[in-house]
Amino acid sequence: MRVALTTVVLVAIGVILVMMVAEMPEFGAGKPASNEVSAHYVKNAVKETGASNFIAAIILDYRAYDTLGEVIVLFAGIAAVLVVLDVHKGGRGR
Amino acid sequence: MQSVVLQTVIKLLLPFIQVYGLYIIFHGHISPGGGFAGGAVMAASFVLFAMSYGVGEGFKRLPRLIAQWLESLGGLIYIALGLTGILRGAAFLTNVPEWLGQAGQLFSAGLIPLLTTAIGLKVCSTIVTLLYHLLEEGHYDSQTD
Amino acid sequence: MIAKLISNMHFLTAMVLFLIGFHTMLTHSNLIKKVMGMNIMETGIFLFFISVGYVRGGSSPIAVPGAEGYINPLPSALILTGIVVSVSLTAFALALIVKLYNYYGTVDADKIMQLRGGEE
Repeated sequence: MRVALTTVVLVAIGVILVMMVAEMPEFGAGKPASNEVSAHYVKNAVKETGASNFIAAIILDYRAYDTLGEVIVLFAGIAAVLVVLDVHKGGRGR
Repeated sequence: MQSVVLQTVIKLLLPFIQVYGLYIIFHGHISPGGGFAGGAVMAASFVLFAMSYGVGEGFKRLPRLIAQWLESLGGLIYIALGLTGILRGAAFLTNVPEWLGQAGQLFSAGLIPLLTTAIGLKVCSTIVTLLYHLLEEGHYDSQTD
Repeated sequence: MIAKLISNMHFLTAMVLFLIGFHTMLTHSNLIKKVMGMNIMETGIFLFFISVGYVRGGSSPIAVPGAEGYINPLPSALILTGIVVSVSLTAFALALIVKLYNYYGTVDADKIMQLRGGEE
């Protein structure tokens, strides 16, 4: 019963998604996504940052603040896991 | 999961995995990779060792206190390197392109290799801590602390 | 339309992966299989987002002397953050499943709901 209902709903969602893929721009044309921001990054990355890897230049120089947020997400994740797993049972200073 | 085949293979393979991980971290600005992928490969070497020799051996090689300190140091080094930008008078996390060397070599690109190393340390110690505690299954052994 | 779907096959694969992950997450009652379904869904989303940035005739985004054009590096850089968030989420979900198993003795979602329904 649950499997049948799930399959019907997912087939409906799947038909909508496949019709969306048929309406999307051509793969490889780069039309809406490659605008002047990416062109600026690709043209000026080696001069302005000195790194040959464009992606490293983007995540560590142009958008370094987002990488700081990601470091914080990693820290918060591991802190939450250590609290839930309760690793220091009867630990120091109790 | 301790068998002789696994232990022998891991003992032979571990230095190559760690050198590969360090290569990916240090060459983050001239070839694909960077901090996250290199940190994951380094962590994989520690976790493979712990899975085949037992978690007690794993904790002897990387004690809990050192793993906690490495993780906090990774984040603090990132923030400290960002604050050098404020000390110079520019914005937070500003890069100095010509500080280490020319573009295309190993020593180049200012702050970027240092930030990559900090991120690699943090990701490695996060994954190692997580998987050691999941492998330990609640048998907290206070002798390995 | 079939020709358009075949030329956009990366997007189609991403959508198929998303639907497979969603079906796995909804149908199985084992909690670890639900976490696996969430990971498959996230793989589909990452594939969709990265393949938006492909430019025909471009090479990979490392500055070598003889390349003509490069692909768009911006979606790949944004997905790196997404992958890290996905790893943190999986870690926390697995830690919660360990605590649930210690308390209830089973990882089956239906049995846990029955036990909770019998307790209250």
